[in-house]
Amino acid sequence: MQRFLARRAVSSGVSLALLVVAVFFLSRLTGDPTDLYLPIDASAEAREAFRQLHGLDRPLILQFLDYVGDLLRLDFGDSIRRARPALEVVIGAFGWTLQLALITMAIVSGAAITLGSLAAFHVGGVFDRIATFFSLIGASAPDFWVAIVAITVFSVGLGWLPTSGTGTLWHWVLPVAVLFIRPFGLILQVVRGSMITALGSAYVKTARAKGVGARAMIFVHALRNAMLPVLTVIGDQAAALLNGAVVVETIFGFPGVGKLMIDSILQRDFPVVLAAIMVTAFAIFLMNILIDLAYAALDPRIRY
Amino acid sequence: MAEAQPLLEVRNLSVTFDTAQGPVRAVRDVSWSVGRGEVLAILGESGSGKSVSSSAVLDLIDCPPGRIESGQILFEGRDLLGMSRAERRTINGRRIAMIFQDPLSHLNPVYAVGWQIEETMVIHGTSRAEARAETLRLLARVGIPDPAEAAAKYPHQFSGGQRQRLMIAMALALKPDLLIADEPTTALDVTVQAQILALIEELQAETGMGLVIITHDLGVVAEMADRVVVMNRGEIVERGGAAEVYRNPQHPYTQRLIAAAPGQGAMRETRQDASPILSLRHVSKRYGAFTALHGISYDLHEGEVLAIVGESGSGKSTTARLLLRLEEASGGQALYRGQDLLAMSPRDLHALRREIQMVFQDPTQSLNPRMTVYQLISEAWAIHPGIVERARWRARVAELLAEVGLDDGYMSRYPHQISGGQRQRVAIARALALEPRIIVCDEAVSALDVQVQAQVIRLLDRLKASHGLSYIFIAHDLPVVRDFADRVLVMRGGRIVEQGDVRQIFEMPREEYTRNLLAASLDPDPEVQAQRRAARQAMETA
Repeated sequence: MQRFLARRAVSSGVSLALLVVAVFFLSRLTGDPTDLYLPIDASAEAREAFRQLHGLDRPLILQFLDYVGDLLRLDFGDSIRRARPALEVVIGAFGWTLQLALITMAIVSGAAITLGSLAAFHVGGVFDRIATFFSLIGASAPDFWVAIVAITVFSVGLGWLPTSGTGTLWHWVLPVAVLFIRPFGLILQVVRGSMITALGSAYVKTARAKGVGARAMIFVHALRNAMLPVLTVIGDQAAALLNGAVVVETIFGFPGVGKLMIDSILQRDFPVVLAAIMVTAFAIFLMNILIDLAYAALDPRIRY
Repeated sequence: MAEAQPLLEVRNLSVTFDTAQGPVRAVRDVSWSVGRGEVLAILGESGSGKSVSSSAVLDLIDCPPGRIESGQILFEGRDLLGMSRAERRTINGRRIAMIFQDPLSHLNPVYAVGWQIEETMVIHGTSRAEARAETLRLLARVGIPDPAEAAAKYPHQFSGGQRQRLMIAMALALKPDLLIADEPTTALDVTVQAQILALIEELQAETGMGLVIITHDLGVVAEMADRVVVMNRGEIVERGGAAEVYRNPQHPYTQRLIAAAPGQGAMRETRQDASPILSLRHVSKRYGAFTALHGISYDLHEGEVLAIVGESGSGKSTTARLLLRLEEASGGQALYRGQDLLAMSPRDLHALRREIQMVFQDPTQSLNPRMTVYQLISEAWAIHPGIVERARWRARVAELLAEVGLDDGYMSRYPHQISGGQRQRVAIARALALEPRIIVCDEAVSALDVQVQAQVIRLLDRLKASHGLSYIFIAHDLPVVRDFADRVLVMRGGRIVEQGDVRQIFEMPREEYTRNLLAASLDPDPEVQAQRRAARQAMETA
């Protein structure tokens, strides 16, 4: 177990290092940041002063080494636009995204697992057909469109819910609802497929011969066996949300890390972009480890 | 009164399954009954519908696609088919219990076995603490060592025989009045099979329950049954006392079935003049710290059938995989025409590979499901050019199919469109396509029904003569080996226990282990089986 965690930490460390290299040099491919930050009519002296201030006059490789040295001390530099440490800015936004992702995934998982299991139990029946129909629609609905329609109907038309921002519980309803739709459709399909296999398995037949009731048969005997592929997809979908639900956060003016990343890219605030990428990458690395541990907890045949 | 009313009576049951190919009548007008303390065997080949009626007893038939068209299932005089789901659940597991073939897939892999046994009792109203204590007692009763520790383990941590013991403990937890055992020993080694059957018999004597054994094996019927019903294509074709039906079968199907049972023919006389075609010397295989083969040596002679018998884990299949270089040996030599197969370069090996071919146990898995029979057989010629020119492929495939008894209409079929026996014929034709000298048959007939098994054995025998083949015939089924082999090699724990001519091994075994193996194997004749059982009990008490 400890060896597994150590191995995963090393391999993830390598990925994170490669990510640092890629992100740093890619961001410089867009040209000299001086031109972007200073007004077009800035004097040559002002440009030179700006370069010296931010170390942009030195060879690129030295700038990179400095950057890496700072990273090792968890210093991502200051946000160019906000005059605050980049990491602080990112962590503030990431807190919002994390809450949004957790709430959404908790609701999605609960609903998709329950309804998907029931659909599998009644496979071919009316309930199954309805669930399959709506989950397919959900899985293929573009969220920018759903978000705009939802705002038009519930905020503008009916006036029930706020259009954007945070503050009250009501502000969470639309973003969560819109983010819910696609993962719900996808996960329900996976649960249904996996549960059909599990319910048709020999050990479920044994349970029936023992006199086990329908509910325990579905949710005790079959579900735990069916959960492995489901966990994989849940992890995948959660990662997408942690990355920042860029479109939804932007539309609803939600101050999460996705919106922050887009704003920072547009503003060429590279310290913030880099910090945001590193924080989300680290979060996804942690989540993958959690999923691996959940596999082992669910299935005693999996041991690391 | 007890005479008049059997414990369970199936009356005129007909079950149909609606499939994509239209309705299939799985059983038609089937009637049987079993009383307390009695053993009824339902004998039939795959697809005979032998399991359908007992599945109906336990409400295990999914409707749809299943449909119970007519009939009654009377348990103590009450019709189970007229009861509600909930009412039937109170009978399942408590009054009527079932154990299945392949306990690994029938035990839930993600729950501890102790919990699964407790569950039987808990759902029928026993308290968790009481159930826990009873589970430990049951585990000890079915012969699981260290019950407290075993209860916390998972199914995959037990051996096949132990898993069947766990299933039995689970089924008998509430002392049911009737136990249905569906092929309970089919995948088990012979000595383990004997132990499990003995355990079931003991427990039956203890509790006085009725027992229904569903099996394809005449030996199991001979060992266990008082009465037998024989099923073919969804109908009961014969019924009667087990000994009576064996001695004097009335229906042509039963007659064919009994005639096809292996272990009754004449044994071969071994030729003394043959020279070795393949010689293994000190071949060993280690997996990490575990040694699967401890340096074994044997010869395969020109034109002979060398059987390798042994139980699972004996290393009998490992020798085959090493010979074909499906795995690399850890040491030793295998000399074929003066060359060491185990040390040969991949290029030289490629040329020789065609001369040693393999037929596997399960043709469903060893034949690519997305290739037609024609593609499966002709692919070998694309890999080994120069055997058959491309223009002649189709004609040659037709010839090969004719040799294994299939017409050329099969060329365009896929493996799932033909029966198990036909698939194994295709696998044999595929091996023959390369004109090999040696064919290694790894449990090649184990998965087949007896009549098909007998046909395939006859086919292998004929091909041996016409193509000058030698076989290494790996098997666990001693009666088949007795009929087919020239020489026999008995393996255990990666070592050769004994080797000799077939007659010597079966009539004058030198080693204790070989004697045990022979004593545990089942004979289709109930009288022979009764003698064997007496001899075995004498051996145990001595």
